[in-house]
Amino acid sequence: MTRTPLSYLPAALAAAAALAPVAVLVWMSVGADLLIDGRAFEIALNTVALTLLTVAGAVLIGVPLAVVTTYADLAFRRVWVAVLAAPLAVPSYLGAFAFFAAFGPGGEIETVAGLATPRAQGLAGATLVMTLYTYPFVLISTRAALQSLDANVVDAARTLGLSLPAALLRIVLPRAANGIAAGSLLVALYTLSDFATPAIMQLDTFTRMIYVEYNAFGLDRAALMSLQLLALVVIVLFFESRVRVRRERPGRILRLPLGNGVKAAALLLAGLVVLAALVLPVAIFGAWLVREGVVGFEPAYALNSAYAALLAAAGAVILALPVAYAASVGWIGRLCERATYLGFGIPGIVMGTALLYLGLRLPLLYQTLTLLVLAYVLRFLPLAVGAVRSSTERVENNLVGAARSLGATPGEAFRRVSLPLILPGIVAAAALVFLEAMRELPATLLLRPTGFDTLATYLWRVYEAGYLGRGAVPALALVVVSGVALVLMLSGEARRRRLTAG
Amino acid sequence: MLEINNLCVQYGDAAAVRDLSLTLGDNEIVTLVGPTGCGKTSVLRTVAGLIQPSAGEIRIGKLRIDSKRNVPPEKRRVGLVFQDFALFPHLSVADNVAFRLKDRAPAERWIEQLGLAAHRHAMPDTLSGGQKQRVALARALAHAPALLLLDEPLASLDAALKAQLRWEIRQALKAAGVPAIWVTHDQTEALSVGDRMGIMCDGRLEQIGEPDACFRQPASRFVARFLGDAAFLPGELGHTHVHTALGDAPIGDGVPANPARVDVLVRPDDLSLTPSTNGNSRIEWSRYEGETRLYGVRLDTGGELRVRTNHEHHLADGAAVDTRICAGHPLALFAPEPAARPAGEPIA
Repeated sequence: MTRTPLSYLPAALAAAAALAPVAVLVWMSVGADLLIDGRAFEIALNTVALTLLTVAGAVLIGVPLAVVTTYADLAFRRVWVAVLAAPLAVPSYLGAFAFFAAFGPGGEIETVAGLATPRAQGLAGATLVMTLYTYPFVLISTRAALQSLDANVVDAARTLGLSLPAALLRIVLPRAANGIAAGSLLVALYTLSDFATPAIMQLDTFTRMIYVEYNAFGLDRAALMSLQLLALVVIVLFFESRVRVRRERPGRILRLPLGNGVKAAALLLAGLVVLAALVLPVAIFGAWLVREGVVGFEPAYALNSAYAALLAAAGAVILALPVAYAASVGWIGRLCERATYLGFGIPGIVMGTALLYLGLRLPLLYQTLTLLVLAYVLRFLPLAVGAVRSSTERVENNLVGAARSLGATPGEAFRRVSLPLILPGIVAAAALVFLEAMRELPATLLLRPTGFDTLATYLWRVYEAGYLGRGAVPALALVVVSGVALVLMLSGEARRRRLTAG
Repeated sequence: MLEINNLCVQYGDAAAVRDLSLTLGDNEIVTLVGPTGCGKTSVLRTVAGLIQPSAGEIRIGKLRIDSKRNVPPEKRRVGLVFQDFALFPHLSVADNVAFRLKDRAPAERWIEQLGLAAHRHAMPDTLSGGQKQRVALARALAHAPALLLLDEPLASLDAALKAQLRWEIRQALKAAGVPAIWVTHDQTEALSVGDRMGIMCDGRLEQIGEPDACFRQPASRFVARFLGDAAFLPGELGHTHVHTALGDAPIGDGVPANPARVDVLVRPDDLSLTPSTNGNSRIEWSRYEGETRLYGVRLDTGGELRVRTNHEHHLADGAAVDTRICAGHPLALFAPEPAARPAGEPIA
C-alpha cells in the first residue's frame, strides 16, 4: 500500500530547482567582502523606508475603498471593483515611466498644460508609484475579509446593546484586521522585489544597486546584496505565515447606510487613483505614439516576448502538473509544493543574478534562451501550481470511483471525468504564466541572450538612451497584455467563487 | 447473487473488516448498520472494487475476487451510490444519468420515474440535496447494475427529506429488481428499509437477520443498545417464565443453556406504569412525544428505567407509581455480566 507515488520524482526535481537559486547565491557570496559600511546601511534604510511607506499608502487607499465598495450601495459597484483592482495587473515600471515623463520641468504635463509640477523622483516618487500599483492587494484581501463577515453577527452585537459604530469597531475591524495584514504583507513583498520603480526614480534600494553592481561586473557584491534582500523577504514571509485569514461561512452581507458626503469623498478618491494609475500612463503613451509614431520599434521584440513566454508557460505547466498531483497525495508532495513557492518570494533581479552566475559556470547555458526561460519557470511556477491545484481539487476520488462503478475503464474515467475537470486549470495556468513572463523585466535584462530584446527590455533600453517617446508601442502593447491578464484574473476569481458557493 | 466469505480488509496495521461473511439474495435489500468506523463502508468499497480484500473471497454472480485475484470495478457490474453523490460537475443531469449508455432510453425512464424531468438539463451544482440524491440513484440504476451498493445515501440530507426518500429508494430498487447493500449509521433507517439487516461493530458482523428479529432478540448487548433504548434487569429463570423484581415475562427459544440467573432486556414499551402509593418507583421526568409519552422512572431500589406509555396517560413528576413488565412476547435474555451489580439495578 505504501509505495512511493511516481509523481514524487518530478515534484522533487521541481522543488530542488526552486531551491537552487538560493544555494547558488550563498555559494557565490561566500568570497565577497562583508561590507556593512554606511553605504550598505543607507541602501537597507532606503529599501525598508520605501516598503513601509508603500504599505502605509496602500492601507490608506485600499481599506476605505474596500469598505465602501463592499458595504455601500454604489452605482456600478462591480465596475468600480474591477477598475480599482486593475492597477495590480499593470507592471509598476509602466507607471514609473509615465510618472517620470509626466512630472517635473520639461515633463509632459508642463508641455501640454503649462502647469509646473515637481519632479517625481526619490523616495517620494517611488512611494507614490508603488502605492498606486500595489494598493489593490489591500483592497482585494480586505474586501474578501469584509465579505466573509455575516451581517447577522453585527446585528447580534447590536441586540446585545452595541451601537453601530461600536459594533463596527469591536466586531468588524478585528476580523478584517487579518485581511488587511495579509494584503499589507503582499504589498511589502511586491515592493521589496520591485526593480524598475526605484531604478527609474533613482532611489538606491537593494534591487537598483544589484543591477548597478551587475553593470559594474561586481557580481559577488550583487550576490551579497541579493542575500540581504532575501533576508528582508524572509522576514515578510515569516509574518505572512503567521497571519491566518479565517474563512467564515459566508452569510448575509452587511449594508451600511452611508451619507452622500462620505460616498462622494470615496468616489473622488477612487477617481483620483484610477486617473493616476491607469489614465495618466495610457495618455502619456498615447501622446508619444502620436508624436513619434513607431520609429525604432521592430515586431521582433513582441515576437521574442511571446516566444519566450510561450516556452515558459509550457515549462511551468509541465512541472506544475506533477507538483500539484504530488501535493494532493501526501506530505512529501506538499513539502515539494511549498518549496516551489519560493520562486514567488525571490525578486526577479535576484533570480536573474543567481541564474546568471550559474550560466557563467555552465557555458552550455550562458547566453541561451534556456536560462531565461528557466528563470521565468522558477519565478512563475507557483502561479501555475496554484491554478492547476484549484482544478485538481475538483476531481475527488469518488468521481473516478463513480465512473468506474458505472463501467468505465481507468483510461475512460480519466478522459471523460478527470481531464475535462482539470483542463480549465491547465489553460488558466499556462495563460497566467505566459502573461507574467511577457511583462517580466529585471530577470530578462540580466539573462537575455545578446541581441534578444523583448517588449520590456526594449522599453528599458529606450529609457536608458533617453528617447522615452520611442517606448510608445511596447508600452501600449504591455498595457494590452496587462488588460488581458486582468480579465483572466477576474474571471478566474469569479469561477472560484461560483465553485465554492455551489 | 452476492456471497462474501470470511472477508478481511486491512489498512496498513489497522483491520477495518474482520472475518465477515454475508450473502445477498436476488432482489433482496440488506442494510448494514453500525457506529462510525465500524467498517461498513470498507465492506462496500471492497465489493465495489475500490479496495482489494486482504483475505477471504467475494463472489458476484460468476466472478470471484480474493486477495490475489482482483476484478477491476468496471468489470463487476456493481453500482455504487456515494454519500456525497459524486455527480460529475461538468455534465448535466441527463448526461450524468446516461454517462456510459449508448441507448439513452433507460436514462430517460429513470429520470421520469424519479421525478427529475424538469431538471434534465440542469447542472449538478444547481440542484438541492434531495435532487442530487435522486440523480445519483438514477445514474446507478440506469446503468443496469447486477447489484447496487448505497453508502450512507441519506446522510447529507435533512430529517424530513430522509424519511420520504428512504421509502422512494426502496420502492425504486424493488421496481428495478436490483439487489442492494445499503450502509447507514441510522438504526431507524436500517430497521425500516432492509429486508434483512446486519449490525457491525469494530469490523465484525455482530448479527444479521430480519429487522424485527434483530430488534426483539439481539445477539449481544451491543446490538440491543444500538437498536434502541435498552435496560437489563437481573432475573431468575423458571420453567415457562423468567422472574424479575418487576414481574414475570414469558420465555422463548434461545434461552442461555446453563445458568439460572440471567439479565432480561427490557425496552420502554415492555413496561407499564400504574399510579400507586405503595408502588416500587417514582416519576423523575416525562417527555411528550405526540403519539406516546416517555417517562424516566427511578426505582426505589435505585437505578433508572425508561417507560413508554399511551399518550393519554399523564403522571406528574414525583408521582409514586408501580412499574411492571407488561410484555406478552418473550424478552431477550443474556448471561449476567461478570462484574456483578447490586440486585435490582438496571443499566439504562
